[in-house]
Amino acid sequence: MSDLLSIEGLGITFGGLKAVHDVSFRVRPGEIVSVIGPNGAGKTTLFNMISGVYRPGAGRVVLEGDDVTGMEPHLLARRGMSRTFQNLQIFPSMTALENAVTGYHLQERGPVLADLLGLPGARARARRAEEGARALLARVGLERAAERAAGNLSYGSLKRLEIARALALEPKVLLLDEPAAGCNAVETEEIDHLIAEVAASGVAILLVEHDMKMVMRISNHIVVLDHGEKIAEGDPATVSRNPAVIAAYLGVEEGQDHAHG
Amino acid sequence: MSELLQFLFSGVTIGAVYALVALGFTIIYNASDVVNFAQGEFVMLGGMITWFAHAAGLPLPLAALIAIAATACLGVAMNKLMIEPARGAPVVSLIIITIGASIFIEGAAQLVFDKQIHSFPAFSGDAPIRVGGATILPQSLWVTGGAIAVFVGLWLFFTRTLLGRAVLATSNNRLAAQLVGINTTFVMTLSFALSAAIGALAGVLATPITLTSYGVGIGFALKGFAGAMLGGMGNPKGALVGGFAIGMIEALTAGYLSSQYKDAAAFVVILAVLFFLPQGLFGRTSTDRV
Repeated sequence: MSDLLSIEGLGITFGGLKAVHDVSFRVRPGEIVSVIGPNGAGKTTLFNMISGVYRPGAGRVVLEGDDVTGMEPHLLARRGMSRTFQNLQIFPSMTALENAVTGYHLQERGPVLADLLGLPGARARARRAEEGARALLARVGLERAAERAAGNLSYGSLKRLEIARALALEPKVLLLDEPAAGCNAVETEEIDHLIAEVAASGVAILLVEHDMKMVMRISNHIVVLDHGEKIAEGDPATVSRNPAVIAAYLGVEEGQDHAHG
Repeated sequence: MSELLQFLFSGVTIGAVYALVALGFTIIYNASDVVNFAQGEFVMLGGMITWFAHAAGLPLPLAALIAIAATACLGVAMNKLMIEPARGAPVVSLIIITIGASIFIEGAAQLVFDKQIHSFPAFSGDAPIRVGGATILPQSLWVTGGAIAVFVGLWLFFTRTLLGRAVLATSNNRLAAQLVGINTTFVMTLSFALSAAIGALAGVLATPITLTSYGVGIGFALKGFAGAMLGGMGNPKGALVGGFAIGMIEALTAGYLSSQYKDAAAFVVILAVLFFLPQGLFGRTSTDRV
């Protein structure tokens, strides 16, 4: 099977600052690829370009052989790309269940008139969306929070809610931006299993995460960024021995301006 | 007693018009958090275009349909030309743009049509119906029925349809809405089309009673806004109840105090709501809008 997602020479400049420069890598179905690097290395910016939030200044994003560079997020979602955010993008005034149901927006869309009149087909679609959403909430361990307003949930719960909603789209590629941030050890392990499980079902996963133990444990492939450039890539064992990576993380030559992850 | 009933009838009638305006506010507000002050101009256009087309020889139902469709197109154009280019601007700026749009539409209507007061025949004649010592015009029943029908339609739209939920999702978090595949640009276009069509419908139904001219928009916008605020911005049920309440208060003020104070009633309500009940009767509490 060929590449599902291919990142080719992606770059963007903010006011003269090269936030990301010439980054390339590939993700195959079922593979977990992690992007790591010190704070400010450009990981989230890279995610934003891939998912259409920012339009890249250079390079291409190729999804299943099609050039999707700079395509709007809702169109990328329709092509099977789904993502979560480091700083959470949920619907605060909806319940957890309603948040998850929005993930079925694409699959269970029907004629508006049928919905309005409450025709059997429309009701069946609504039921499928709700059942699917409940199953996903259970999968991420939020079944008890289904009826609570998302705005009142804890940070760790919201992280998992966002993953549930992203999974509702039945994505081919799932971009997870720090899914374990703010989660305790038990929750982190649960998310770990969840990600491995999703990957095993054939979904390509692209991960930004600061929890190095988690990254080393679940990644098939690691891409290391520093100052917006790719400085290394390979399997976890290779990357963790790479001198450039160690230097970037420990700040051997860079001074103290980079906290290690 | 029959006097009170008469005041209530006229309150219901004008309240139904305000309710329709308030319902129009609801849709755009739900999609974008923007209060569209050009909503009253849609009411004016509904009446003026219908009068114009009817005077040109078209049958009244056809003239009304043309007015509603044309106003909906104008609503879409307003979104494309004025709101969309300012995407990302603070909501306050967008609201000010709608005030500008309102002034522009009013001026344009003065040029395209004229400065006269116009009307067209009531749908089911002018013979008053006698009820318990008071009378009500058949057209009042049309307006009231129209407001209730639009309310039921909107309520079903927002609670039952995925598209309605997409509108709510867009206002809740635009980026998150895009992530789940919602075309937020289309949602905005749709909201303006629907709001404008509902506004025009209000104009079509009300004109045989209230008459119309190029300048009636701002009055409808302010009264409808008062209704929407009283009921709780964004809630169709609130818009309906709030609109009718403003109509009642206005009619009772005109009847028992003085008709000179009738327009002040709506503003007293706006102030009272802002002081004592900022969420309105059915509004979302601000705590869940993190």
